[in-house]
Amino acid sequence: MKRKIAVSILSMAVLLMAAVCYAEVNPPQVGGTFPEIELAKPTAPAELQYLGLSGSGFFKVNQIKSDVVIVEIFSMYCPYCQGEAPNVNSLYSLIEGNPRLKGKIKIIGIGINNSLYETNIFKNKYKVQFPLIPDGDFKLHKTIGQVRTPYFIVVKLKGGKTEVIYSKLGALGDNKTFLDQIVKSTGLK
Amino acid sequence: MKKILLSSLLICLFAVNAYALSEAYKNNIYNPGALKPRDSVLKVKVGDAAPDFTLKAVSGKTISLKDYQGKKNVVISFVPAAWTPVCSDQWPGYNIVQDLFESHDAVMLGITVDSIPTLFSWTNQMGKLWFEVLSDFWPHGAVAEKFGVLRSDGVSERALFVIDKKGIICYIDVHDINQRPPLEALVRELEKMQP
Repeated sequence: MKRKIAVSILSMAVLLMAAVCYAEVNPPQVGGTFPEIELAKPTAPAELQYLGLSGSGFFKVNQIKSDVVIVEIFSMYCPYCQGEAPNVNSLYSLIEGNPRLKGKIKIIGIGINNSLYETNIFKNKYKVQFPLIPDGDFKLHKTIGQVRTPYFIVVKLKGGKTEVIYSKLGALGDNKTFLDQIVKSTGLK
Repeated sequence: MKKILLSSLLICLFAVNAYALSEAYKNNIYNPGALKPRDSVLKVKVGDAAPDFTLKAVSGKTISLKDYQGKKNVVISFVPAAWTPVCSDQWPGYNIVQDLFESHDAVMLGITVDSIPTLFSWTNQMGKLWFEVLSDFWPHGAVAEKFGVLRSDGVSERALFVIDKKGIICYIDVHDINQRPPLEALVRELEKMQP
């Protein structure tokens, strides 16, 4: 009897653990929410201003002052991310150069297993103008399903709530088409 | 029943073993799981003359360490094996900091115990590398063995050696094989080198 109880408890524990793991290995799904993860605030005043944040410490994606946030999951060490950098920069310029979209769509990059030194190397090498935030200990990576890189997640923000409207592995493709798709999906005018 | 429970646990533990991996490699990376962090005994130390070696490179050249003596500082990056997770995410990072190496009059030599054809296919996924990639395949792992970084299973450690223009070893980092050495640590050592 005792053995049966022990096996039952162990089975439940394993199933619970498996359930937790399963939840962790799924990337954010379209229609779902973006995980409430704390990210280190950038130190550069211009980047803080871009995100509509102030001070130091941590922030969450839903605190960014924007209607839409494009999150690029990348690594300084990832050759595809290196190759994609000019395309994402060009997307940033398209947004910033369009008075209709400037301030309404923001981009952040999260460097998986990268230190601040390493994200800065990437930033300087490719002249990235939007904030790149290190995720040196895989904290964020584990909560978004340990996705390969680059991975793009587009999050719509409303009243402190998040809604994922795009979640996809790999390059963006034509950034104008991508941007049109985001504008259409979010109803931005 | 016990087997099922154990399998579930192993799958679960495996699932949380996070590593960043570029889409460049698609699903072609073999994940060996967590390995013993270190499995060799160094045969050299800081201040020693680096043991000379001659190896074939993927570029077709034959490279000897002594070729750089009096000319360039040398960083040797041993990585355990092609087509494995951490290794695949290490050299592409060095590939975008050529200027950092050059500003310290240093070259990098990447070495694994893999054959030239394997290294050719693997490094092709990384884009065009600016540094030489050398094969320590035959006699198997002989150069890794000279430095004392050949593991008991025939792959090398994940190790960095910085060697100055006089051929003297200035820095050794035999890193936990499961983790990528932070770039800043290597750059700090390069900054100490005479240009």
